[in-house]
Amino acid sequence: MNPTDLPAAVERDANFNFGYLDERTKRMIRRAILKAVAIPGYQVPFGSREMPLPYGWGTGGIQVTASVIGPQDVLKVIDQGADDTVNAVSIRRFFQRTTGVAVTERTVEATLIQTRHRIPETPLAEGQVIVYQVPVPEPLQRLEPRETETRRMHGLAEYGLMHVKLYEDIARYGHVATTYDYPVMVDGRYLMAPSPIPKFDNPKLHMNPALQLFGAGREKRIYAVPPWTSVESLAFEDHPFEVQRWSQPCALCGSTQSFLDEVIVDDRGGRMFVCSDTDWCRQRRPADA
Amino acid sequence: MHENDRPILRVRGVVKRYGARAAVDGVSFELWPGEVLAVVGESGSGKSTLLNAVSARARPDAGEVEFLTRHDGPVDVYALSEAARRLLARTDWGFVHQNAAEGLRMNVSAGANVGERLMALGERHYGRIRAEAGDWLRRVEMDVARIDDSPQTFSGGMRQRLQIARNLVTRPRLVFMDEPTSGLDVSVQARLLDLLRSLTRQLSLAAIIVTHDLAVARLLAHRMMVMKGGRVVETGLTDQVLDDPQHPYTQLLVSSVLQP
Amino acid sequence: MYVAVKGGERAILNSYALLGEVRRGDPALPELSLEQIREQLRLAVDRVMCEGSVYDPELAALAIKQAAGDLVEAIFLLRAYRATLPRLGYTLPLDTAHMRLWRRVSATFKDLPGGQLLGSTYDYTQRLLDFSLAAAGEAPVAAQAAPAAAEAVPRVVDLLGDEGLIEAHVPAAGDPEPRDLTREPLTFPAERAVRLQNLARGDEGFLLAMGYSTQRGYSHSHPFAGEIRHGLAEVEIEPEELGFAISIGDLELTECQMVNQFAGSKTQPPQFTRGYGLAFGASERKAMAMSLVDRALRAGELGEAAESPAQMQEFVLSHSDSLEASGFVQHLKLPHYVDFQAELELVRRMRAGLQAAGEEEERAA
Repeated sequence: MNPTDLPAAVERDANFNFGYLDERTKRMIRRAILKAVAIPGYQVPFGSREMPLPYGWGTGGIQVTASVIGPQDVLKVIDQGADDTVNAVSIRRFFQRTTGVAVTERTVEATLIQTRHRIPETPLAEGQVIVYQVPVPEPLQRLEPRETETRRMHGLAEYGLMHVKLYEDIARYGHVATTYDYPVMVDGRYLMAPSPIPKFDNPKLHMNPALQLFGAGREKRIYAVPPWTSVESLAFEDHPFEVQRWSQPCALCGSTQSFLDEVIVDDRGGRMFVCSDTDWCRQRRPADA
Repeated sequence: MHENDRPILRVRGVVKRYGARAAVDGVSFELWPGEVLAVVGESGSGKSTLLNAVSARARPDAGEVEFLTRHDGPVDVYALSEAARRLLARTDWGFVHQNAAEGLRMNVSAGANVGERLMALGERHYGRIRAEAGDWLRRVEMDVARIDDSPQTFSGGMRQRLQIARNLVTRPRLVFMDEPTSGLDVSVQARLLDLLRSLTRQLSLAAIIVTHDLAVARLLAHRMMVMKGGRVVETGLTDQVLDDPQHPYTQLLVSSVLQP
Repeated sequence: MYVAVKGGERAILNSYALLGEVRRGDPALPELSLEQIREQLRLAVDRVMCEGSVYDPELAALAIKQAAGDLVEAIFLLRAYRATLPRLGYTLPLDTAHMRLWRRVSATFKDLPGGQLLGSTYDYTQRLLDFSLAAAGEAPVAAQAAPAAAEAVPRVVDLLGDEGLIEAHVPAAGDPEPRDLTREPLTFPAERAVRLQNLARGDEGFLLAMGYSTQRGYSHSHPFAGEIRHGLAEVEIEPEELGFAISIGDLELTECQMVNQFAGSKTQPPQFTRGYGLAFGASERKAMAMSLVDRALRAGELGEAAESPAQMQEFVLSHSDSLEASGFVQHLKLPHYVDFQAELELVRRMRAGLQAAGEEEERAA
């Protein structure tokens, strides 16, 4: 096995309860999660706690993970698709310290994945749980900042306004100009923000065998997409939803089906494109060093 | 029974109070398909409050508002669920505000303003929405080339035309209008009134127009209702009321306006 | 050959070590003790306790030390600590009429029962740098003693209330328990008890700016500082097994009752209205700002049009918390490679499309 698949060990700190949160708080959050699973795409308000990480840095995802994680779980944490970006490392270390669970960088080995801004390229399987960190859970917020209004719009399924926005994009640019956090309709009922994943990842939300949980700590909302649920990206019949494509394959593994990050390699405009999902990329490369 | 044999709107004993004062005090009337009714009176007479009460925008303290739906016969609009009421309000009804900015989305294009109701009803074909929006801009005599412009850049008269197009795109059968022409220049007013008259005729629209301007009533309405202190003091065919007012208050209104 | 950036884990560990060094500063100088912070930076301690929502000067001092004096960071540390503390019970309502006072001023009456008590305040100092403090070697002075237990000092609002000149605030029927904002999420519209909790924890700078805006025409409410009092209030609990109240100690508090004009309506005679502010410790600026914002947020209830930012509860309550604001503003420094890549690709494509159209036009011309 490739040694980099095992992140550095961190000792379990016995001063903290398993998963940091106290058991009553976990139960409260689990109740919110159950409600969220029962009403796919509906934002359930919950008593979000102040976590030892700043708001906007994944406190919602952390609280969801802390409430569902068990000693047998194998945890993977990614940010921008990578296991080794600083915020992913910081969150993974937090759970190693407060739970002592096994961690991995391999998507297939993980039972629980916490993510910011990506869905792994490796298809998820039944039994896996993926937890998204959500900065702004309300897909209508940029169009209507008043929560009292957006709540009514969800309640009555009045989503014409969202299509007005798409219409405006097409009228102005000839295509929809939203590239990430692209709004979706869940199970034909609730409009949902998929969190700032690139729209490239939107098709993976649809009929996914894994349980998908979304936590927004600052905004104090939890929502969910249960396994095998329909998730449709908004579009017009004559302007169908499309995902990003690259004109070149990953410079490291040659993948043509993954989301690529652009890396600037010198100050003369030189750049290369590599997989944003580091695990996917590494698994596709011949084992070398 | 043919649907034209029944009133499209039946209002019975509507009361709306603000504190101890009744702004509308027991008003009843019927409106027939394709009929235009003007509600006139001075400011404070209760005419705008009445309009809000019968258009399901403010629940009255007493009374009933019954609308003849396309498929389910007469329904009490306040007995409907909020969802059903809002659906009715954006499909079979229209509401034209005095201030167009209240009835428009000022930060999206004219085309999107007209297309919004279609999208809210589930239309998902951009080309059709745009074609329909363009068609309606033509029908309210606007330059179709302005379809992508923001209403911020429109004159008062154009904004009002756009607001009318936005309301009519779902082919409503009943439109409520609150002083639709006041605040506009006289020449702009006259052209807008012409447009409203031809549209209500072409589309057989039933309409309730609240106005303080008897000339507007004369030009548009088949029938009129004169309000004072929250009550209806006189009602009848427009020409009849204007040419031969019976109630002293109507006589006063008519003489103060129509004197040479 | 390019190799994808690795080493996030090592970077973090190094950063921890560096942070410790920077925080400590020159090791040749003596280390600050928590006692020193508590005694000599007491206003900072008060603010951290107040917005951190834990009354514990010791922990607040520790947070300030650990945060190297960054108060918003110290508030964050204290809040995170607080989040998992068990909830043992609730106290009885505080009786601020029986506070033992260090300071009590009213801007509405020259003299009043209980008198004006200036106490320690920067208000009437000339703001000149005092170089004798730089010389280190302050003459020792006697520490401020706890105020003696005294007769109840009636609150100005109660004096007005006796005459019916100010609105009464009677608890709702059955005196329902207020919602606990630290256990339940904020939802709108929020009742006043929830709003006051939010404001009490709210960022002082934010409340100050909001309160200030009400004085500059954005929802003017003609405020008068009816009374500001600072002192010690007794905290009592009533354990179920005892059935009577016992005192468990004192809280140092600042309370501000703002008295505002209200013209009255057809049904209501003109009467003054209230704005309320309460803060831990000596936090007068905070308590006053809070009382202005509290009054502004009552617009709906008093039939005033909510047109200014300070009157809009969704605006004020959603943005008052320094943890939420600081976290979300600063999350912008987290990696956004993926979203940015998506935008970059879009902008390039749109520019290419525009350029192609331009060239086509040129050819056609």
